[in-house]
Amino acid sequence: MTTEAMSHGGAPASLSPFSRLMSGTAGPVIVVVAVIFAIWYLGAVLLNGQLQRDAYERAGREDVPLTEFIADTLAQERPLLPAPHQVAVEIWKTTAEKSVTSKRSLVYHSGITLSSTLLGFLIGTALGIGLAVLIVHSRVLDKSLMPWIISSQTIPILAIAPMIIVVLNAIGITGTLPKAMISTYLSFFPVAVGMVKGLRSPEFIQLDLMKTYSASQGQTLMKLRLPSAAPFLFASMKVAVAASLVGAIVGELPTGAVAGLGARLLAGSYYGQTIQIWSALIVAAVIAASLVTIVGVFERIVLKRMGMAQ
Amino acid sequence: MAREDGANARSVIDIRDLSLTFETNDGPVHALSNIDLKVEEGDFVSFIGPSGCGKTTLLRVIADLEKPTGGHISVNGVSPEDARLARAYGYVFQSAALYPWRTIANNVALPLEIMGLSKAERAERVKRNLDLVNLSGFERKYPWQLSGGMQQRASIARALAVEPDLLLMDEPFGALDEIVRDHLNEQLLQLWAKTNKTVIFVTHSIPEAVFLSTKIVVLFPRPGRIYDVIESDLPRERTLDIRETPEFLKIAHRVRDGLRAGHSYDD
Repeated sequence: MTTEAMSHGGAPASLSPFSRLMSGTAGPVIVVVAVIFAIWYLGAVLLNGQLQRDAYERAGREDVPLTEFIADTLAQERPLLPAPHQVAVEIWKTTAEKSVTSKRSLVYHSGITLSSTLLGFLIGTALGIGLAVLIVHSRVLDKSLMPWIISSQTIPILAIAPMIIVVLNAIGITGTLPKAMISTYLSFFPVAVGMVKGLRSPEFIQLDLMKTYSASQGQTLMKLRLPSAAPFLFASMKVAVAASLVGAIVGELPTGAVAGLGARLLAGSYYGQTIQIWSALIVAAVIAASLVTIVGVFERIVLKRMGMAQ
Repeated sequence: MAREDGANARSVIDIRDLSLTFETNDGPVHALSNIDLKVEEGDFVSFIGPSGCGKTTLLRVIADLEKPTGGHISVNGVSPEDARLARAYGYVFQSAALYPWRTIANNVALPLEIMGLSKAERAERVKRNLDLVNLSGFERKYPWQLSGGMQQRASIARALAVEPDLLLMDEPFGALDEIVRDHLNEQLLQLWAKTNKTVIFVTHSIPEAVFLSTKIVVLFPRPGRIYDVIESDLPRERTLDIRETPEFLKIAHRVRDGLRAGHSYDD
């Protein structure tokens, strides 16, 4: 009794704080993030080191202590690879410390990119669902449309984006819509492919059931195929919303970099402002992650209300 | 039309020299051949036979889910397709095939929505038919919250809600355990007595076929054809106890003999 109680109570206490931390999910996540930052800092020192040595040479300095050398490589104005804290400071300066309407505010540029992302995503999702419905109901369309849909995605988006922008500008369409078209171009594809699979997911027995009711194709679509496709739709939308953001950023490049995250990237590369490029990249990644998360929340709510998720 | 007994009863199903051949890569498969069968109004007919004898295929031909390649078939005096379009029958599949995103009540209401019935009419029929299969109180549950037997009862309520005179059932209790199956068989008989429908029931259980049926059709495989048609002289009102009586065992014996003959044909 006593030995049992001792060994039972003694076991957790004998675990080191480290192994207790690693038994949850927080521990491993923190370790992974720490490793990424360590590699990032190491990379920054190695990549920027040559620039720093050249700078010392020009200034005629020799025998710089290692600590000063490292500190200097991580504080350059235009480093090859900016250090994480430089990017963090830049993001802070261009979001929290700038008014939202300022041309130098990342919030302003994010808002512009976000609006064409969302518009393109909505059009792309609607287009994808529409194409999938047509393809599922017509063998001819399945054979004739599907190859075009697939080959549309094999064309590099960087090649086609300027053409779409230029053509739409030529016929007088400017502003958000042309950029949204690029997002649509990228986002309709996963939705179309996912929904074709989803609309075909009902079992034979469920389709036979509709036939015994002599249900019309429209009724079968609304009451069986579309509800069955819901889980497929949300999975596709997660891919599509991230692709939409990429499309919006790419769409901002050929317009001469007026506004948007794409413009920040382009302007940054014109002037060698690597810190600006990296902060725009990080903000774009955060936005993409947030959008995917939002779609995921919608997915949980809708599937729960449909009774398909416990 | 009121049901009349004996020779005056109207033929609900009339099949003459029916055949069905599937074309496959390995050549033609004769699923059904030379089928002759009449089903009268109010009959409870079981199709029994080994796997591959075409019993489910025959039921699907009646339901217009398969097209025969030869012979004649009429359902309610018209072609199976016209009968299907007129929603002349309710079909119960091997599995319940409830839609997981619909509650039990909404699953039963599905065919009624397709028929375009009013909301009040739908609610009334859902309630009445869920009562009939003893599922009152489960209206708002989702299929996954019910046992297999309850799901199958819900699917029977869904077939009954259409209010067809003809009920086609394809091994509806095949996946359920013996006790649940006995219970559902009894309930099905009571339901049949109450509603006086014509039922065609596919099974491979001899006791189930003999207990339920007024007429047992024994089928043979390769090619699928009718070997024996047994008219049951058991009383229409039955309880499970009837399975111990000599009359029951006599019919069961004849069915078993038929099934054995079918198997020896193959081996």
